Amino acid sequence: MSTAQQSSQTRAAGSPAAQGTVGESSQRLWRWLTFGPALAMMVALTILPIANLVVTSFQNITWANGQPTRTWVGLRHYEALFSDQLFSAGLWNTLIFAFGAVVGQMVLGFAMALMCSKIVRGRVLYRAIFILPILIPGIVIGAIWKLMLNYDFGLANKGLALIGLMPHDWLGSPETALLSVIIVDIWHWTPFCFLLFLAGLESLPQDVFEASKMDGAGPFQELLYVTLPLMIPTIIVTFAFRLVLAFKVFDEVYLLTSGGPGTSTEVVSFTLYQRFFTEDKAGYGSAMSVAIIFLVALLLVVALSARRGAGARA
Amino acid sequence: MSQRNASRIPIHLALAVGAAFVLLPVAWTVAAGFRTQISLLMGDVMFTPIWSNFQEVLWSKTSDFLLNYRNSIIVGGLSTVLCVGVATLAAFSLDRMAWPRWVIHIFLAWTMIFHMIPPVALASAWFSMARLVGLENTFTGLILAHATLNLPMAIWLMAVFVREVPKELEEAAIMDGADTPHILWHVILPLITPGLAATSILTFIFSWNEFAVALTLTMKQTATVPVAIAKFAQDFEIQYTQMAASAALAMLPALIVLLLAQRYIVKGLTQGAVK
Repeated sequence: MSTAQQSSQTRAAGSPAAQGTVGESSQRLWRWLTFGPALAMMVALTILPIANLVVTSFQNITWANGQPTRTWVGLRHYEALFSDQLFSAGLWNTLIFAFGAVVGQMVLGFAMALMCSKIVRGRVLYRAIFILPILIPGIVIGAIWKLMLNYDFGLANKGLALIGLMPHDWLGSPETALLSVIIVDIWHWTPFCFLLFLAGLESLPQDVFEASKMDGAGPFQELLYVTLPLMIPTIIVTFAFRLVLAFKVFDEVYLLTSGGPGTSTEVVSFTLYQRFFTEDKAGYGSAMSVAIIFLVALLLVVALSARRGAGARA
Repeated sequence: MSQRNASRIPIHLALAVGAAFVLLPVAWTVAAGFRTQISLLMGDVMFTPIWSNFQEVLWSKTSDFLLNYRNSIIVGGLSTVLCVGVATLAAFSLDRMAWPRWVIHIFLAWTMIFHMIPPVALASAWFSMARLVGLENTFTGLILAHATLNLPMAIWLMAVFVREVPKELEEAAIMDGADTPHILWHVILPLITPGLAATSILTFIFSWNEFAVALTLTMKQTATVPVAIAKFAQDFEIQYTQMAASAALAMLPALIVLLLAQRYIVKGLTQGAVK
């Protein structure tokens, strides 16, 4: 596939029509005019801010009369990161959160996609319903589940009462707070995995399934020996990318628990927000931002190599 | 045939349970917006719907919700125009203007990394920069931030749609002496309109939903809907029914889009992630 892309690109580059009748200089001008805005935005609003963060991360900023005073502190902020209890709790919780939520989303999303691919009537309707959580604001999802998990009147405790159990303080007790946030995230992002898996299942070659039926494979054997092996690349890619994206979680935690009780739902985004904005530690917050950006880039490289590995196997 | 239909009944049952899990919390929250605080606490299944929560949220003197709604529409609309416009030009440029491969690769790799970075990590830098150039607490700052946040996705989507336009059409237009703006406007644009619609809808929704950056870059006058809803949860005594009513109002764009443009959304969401 990559060689096909390559040849089409070299063809486009070398095509006489691209340079023949239209003037070379006007062509070069339009080339920059079309790409320039996007390039300018990415440089001015992503590269520059990160450079700003890197510089600030070596400084201490104090405000007096609306004027910042910057003093150089070298690597002290980075050293402090290692002994920051909140940051290490945040990293640890984010890791647990990411794995728990993504595994849940993958399993449920795959099951739903598999079932949806087996039916004809109603597929569009189910798909419309399942997409809904992706489109709802994260903060509204937080509000919805703040109501659902409310101790006094939430549906979750109504459900417990129905089967004769005592009500439980889902968000208020350290044992279930992170689990609750994971459940909410599963509710939020399972639809995304579902959509990707459904698209993947719909694009599988049908003749393989017919052949396996001819050979007398039951539905379970078909899943184990035909569907799953064919879906492995999609599964690995979805898993890797959802895992990295789970580091973005902020809205639901902000609204549901604000990191508490204690540090039980402290996640990196939220720690960063607290250090930078609530405590107004710009220098230290910048160091934390840089560390998180570096970590995400690192994870992404791992994820991309996982994709390459998965692609080779497919 | 009937046997096959019978074997599908458990599948339909399981899917219906899944759909209920998705719909129940949403429907129950919307219903809570129509309840009195007492009715919500009692948890009666049957209740007489009331409008007072919505009236309170929308028209009470102490509530800024209408202003927040207007702000969200302004920020969402303008950032979408900016983002999708820039992304369409860039997608066209990268696919058709013979850029060296390393330029394309480095640029797309960077958009990917940027897309994965938690927005809070950049919000702090945007906040400092906005303060530096006097854009704090303005729409311009937030519009630029939202357009940038959604730019990677918009570029990937538009790249898919531009790639689908046959090169022959462009070459024929060049033979007829058309220049680049003419090709973009009269050849490419008419063919990518459905893709443009899908990308615009998603970009608007994601801007509408964005919270972390809006929280850091706005104040009372420029706050968007998610920022307003977060305030409810911060109050010492949470007004649950009003929170539910404002949550219901905040979901309106999502519901409208889902009813009217499901096809576009599915196309957008899967194209962007698969390719």
